[in-house]
Parts: sequence; C-alpha cells; structure tokens
Amino acid sequence: MSGTQAGEGGNSKVKRFMIVNRKAPYGTIYALEALEVVLIGAAFDQDVSLVFADDGVYQLKKGQQTKDIGQKNFSPTYRALGDYDVEKLYVERESLQARGLAPEDLLVPVRVLGSTELSVLMEEQDVVLSF
Amino acid sequence: MTASVALKDKEVAVDEEGYLVNLADWNEDVARTMAADDGIALTDNHWEVINFLREYYAEYQVAPAIRVLTKAIGKKLGPEKGNSKYLYELFPYGPAKQACRYAGLPKPTGCI
Repeated sequence: MSGTQAGEGGNSKVKRFMIVNRKAPYGTIYALEALEVVLIGAAFDQDVSLVFADDGVYQLKKGQQTKDIGQKNFSPTYRALGDYDVEKLYVERESLQARGLAPEDLLVPVRVLGSTELSVLMEEQDVVLSF
Repeated sequence: MTASVALKDKEVAVDEEGYLVNLADWNEDVARTMAADDGIALTDNHWEVINFLREYYAEYQVAPAIRVLTKAIGKKLGPEKGNSKYLYELFPYGPAKQACRYAGLPKPTGCI
C-alpha cells in the first residue's frame, strides 16, 4: 500500500530486538544507522531496546557540537525515542565509569546495568544487532 | 538529472521522490508550489500540520513517523485533529510523507 506507514495494520509477530551500540557517534556511520534501524523497528511495532557500551556511551552525551566536522548532530533524536514508544535504554556501567561519565551527563534517562545483567537481557532477545 | 520545483524567481532541487535536497531551500512558497503541483491549495489546517512538523524536526532532528505525528498532534492540537481520518483528509497521499515533503523535511524513517 503506497502512502501507508509501515506501522499501521501490522499483525505479524512482535519480536524483541536489541540494538547494541559500541562506537562513538561520529567518524563512522554506525551510530546513525543503528538509530535508523531503531526507528524502523519501532515503526513496525516491534519491541526495541538499545544498549550503549564501550565508546557507544558517547552517543548519548549531552552538548554534542558537530558544526566543525560538517555532520548533522543527530543526538536530539534520542530524545524523540519516547514518542516512538522506545523506552528501554540501557547503558553499561563499566563503559560509563571508564569514560568518567555519569547518568546526568546523558541526554535521556537510561538504566545503568553491569555487563552481567546486560548479558542476561541479551539472552532474552529474539534478535541482537551490534553496531 | 535532477528534479526541481519551479518557484516564481528560482528553482529548488528535489530528489526523485520530490523531497528537498537542501533543507535550507525551504520557504512557504516552496510548500505552496509543491502543494499546487499536487492540486492542493494549502489552508490554515494544512499549515498547522506543516508548522508542527518543522518545529518537531527543529527540536528532534527527525521527521516523525505517522503514528508519532498523529499522537503528537493530538497532544498539541486536540483529539479532533490528532486522528488519521482528519490528517488523511488534509494530506491524502499519507500525512507524514506528504506533509513532510511540503515542510521541506526528509521522508520519515520507516515509511514505505
């Protein structure tokens, strides 16, 4: 159906997708692509969660300025995830601490979990995509 | 080969689906011309949605999917406007797709 959004009228099985972000927001296309996958998954009414680990925690850092590298600052989009009913955002505690960051430094409310807890969550997913 | 929309004084480039190539090219004339090319004269009700989308994009850097748009319009402008029927009457080609195009935004992610 042209002109119809993917999310409407979907009746196929909802799967649990976990998107794992491990790279810094700029310098590669991974972070932006992962975000696109999240939005597409949400538009298809899937159960989508996000993990930020390693340098991926920088994706959520407040105060990003990209003017000098000539790239779009897409970090405000993380604040729109709630509108897409994407509310499960997990940040790995070890990665956050190793970079001297705290939850207050991040753009959106997250749950901070240790790597052991995260691995349990990963086990529960239908699909885990790593970026 | 690039497509374009012809305004009174200049042409602005659009992609193969009619979305602006450079978002900075947008002005109200662009929206009116795109709509006129579709046989639509923009009313205040259209502008309300177009302006809403532009504000949403300025805030979040993303063109909202239809479900998000419908919900957010409902929150801001009331339930009589935040429903698919109302929005499809204004934008019969798909409210998110068509209104985002007139608003000079990219095609919403997740739109088929």
